[in-house]
Amino acid sequence: MTDYNFAYLDEQTKRMIRRAILKGLAVPGYQVPFASREMPMPYGWGTGGVQVSAAVMTTDDQFKVIDQGADDTTNAVSIRSFFERTAGVATTTQTAEATVIQTRHRIPERDLTEGQILVYQVPIPEPLRFLEPRESETRKMHSLEEYGLMHVKLYEDISRHGHIATSYAYPVKVEGRYVMDPSPIPKFDNPKLSDCPAIQLFGAGREQRIYALPPYTQVVSLDFEDHPFVASKADHPCGLCGAEDSYLDEVIIDDAGGRMFVCSDTDYCTARQADGFKGKDAA
Amino acid sequence: MTDTALLSVRGVTKRYGAHIGCADVSFDLYPGEVMGIVGESGSGKSTLLNCMAGHLEPDAGAVVFDTAVDGPRDTLLMSEPERRMLSRTDWAFVHQHARDGLRMGVSAGGNVGERLMAVGARHYGDIRGSAIDWLGRVEINEARVDDRPTTFSGGMQQRLQIARNLVTGPRLVFMDEPTGGLDVSVQARLLDMIRSLVRDMGLSAIIVTHDLAVVRLLADRLMVMKSGHVVEAGLTDQVLDDPKHAYTQLLVSSILQV
Repeated sequence: MTDYNFAYLDEQTKRMIRRAILKGLAVPGYQVPFASREMPMPYGWGTGGVQVSAAVMTTDDQFKVIDQGADDTTNAVSIRSFFERTAGVATTTQTAEATVIQTRHRIPERDLTEGQILVYQVPIPEPLRFLEPRESETRKMHSLEEYGLMHVKLYEDISRHGHIATSYAYPVKVEGRYVMDPSPIPKFDNPKLSDCPAIQLFGAGREQRIYALPPYTQVVSLDFEDHPFVASKADHPCGLCGAEDSYLDEVIIDDAGGRMFVCSDTDYCTARQADGFKGKDAA
Repeated sequence: MTDTALLSVRGVTKRYGAHIGCADVSFDLYPGEVMGIVGESGSGKSTLLNCMAGHLEPDAGAVVFDTAVDGPRDTLLMSEPERRMLSRTDWAFVHQHARDGLRMGVSAGGNVGERLMAVGARHYGDIRGSAIDWLGRVEINEARVDDRPTTFSGGMQQRLQIARNLVTGPRLVFMDEPTGGLDVSVQARLLDMIRSLVRDMGLSAIIVTHDLAVVRLLADRLMVMKSGHVVEAGLTDQVLDDPKHAYTQLLVSSILQV
């Protein structure tokens, strides 16, 4: 513990990141540039999320990390132990108890509450990037609210697949102003972004951007009038807990085509199993 | 024709350091009129076009456009959002190379629909309907609506670019060498198509070209530029059949008669 400053980063760096977070909260959906530091992990493993977590963390916090909904995957385990070691904060796997939740690609199933902070790891913060490669141009498009191009992407989806096939990183409009990439969460989670009581912070380490949604922000998924947004999921109940309202992972269980669907949110699934719910594949 | 000019250009000057791009160009364009600008390479005609279309900022002068809502306004004094709004509603710009004006990674339908979506269209069926309608008008088969422009021939790409620009019903079209780089039979077909579109839609257009045949076919009036200056202007037939300035005489006499 004494080998590191609290939560790894030095205080001046945390201060710089907090300023970016405050600016992000003041202008919801706007990408604030910040001086991202080198972190002791590769880009793509959550360097942005870790820096944001480090900047908002206090000694009293209960810290939870999920990766695709799970608490026990490599990325989640290593980030959790990183903060156990460098900040000495208490960690938990229970969504309800956690005060800071760092997440990669999911929003927990259990409703978040006031006072919680959800920190997203973001690989590419610019929703227009794959349509317009020039950063100078995308900045101009954001500042002038020229978002027609975003619908060109959705148009292409429908013309090619017959429906909007974008299933993750589905673009949203924040408070009728900025178009934002919600990080690669499944579009099933998009409705949870809106009117959420928790603070939502997005950190992109490699791209050096932070953006944020203050509590109870209106977030609308983009769509067409005749092809409205649908929050889709696999059409099955969870094999372990029987939940029909949670986002499911498809797991191949043998080489004869056998498969099962399980909740991607492990905390939600184990809590339900502890409450006596049982799916058809439960042992 | 009405009394108010659609576009009034006054004393537009653009310098590149000590070098002159175009100097003190003034003219009026009336609704429904097609103006040709001819001259050799480096005579400043593209510089002038880019200054008028807002791609370059001239060092002096005024470009007054008769906007649909507020009447005549100097586009150079407009704010950038206003100017960009103008350039995707009332204006259109056809590039010499279709690749500059198209999104090559997006299907033909998406290319035509982009301007509609940029001005707020949010109904997929309607957008696709007008995209197909416009592909028909520029003689592209409806079956190609989901193909990318990379699979199109040069002439088709150019026609697609024109469809993409005209879909929002602009009042003024800037064209920079629209037939450049196409073979002559494709050129003839394209010119024929542009001519009928201009007539049918009552468009005004400014066409920059070095090809006198193009202006002979399309333009009502003509400006001849040399070294950044307008050396002669007038009705197309008058200028081409009875050139006054020595340079215009040279230009007209250097056409190869077949």
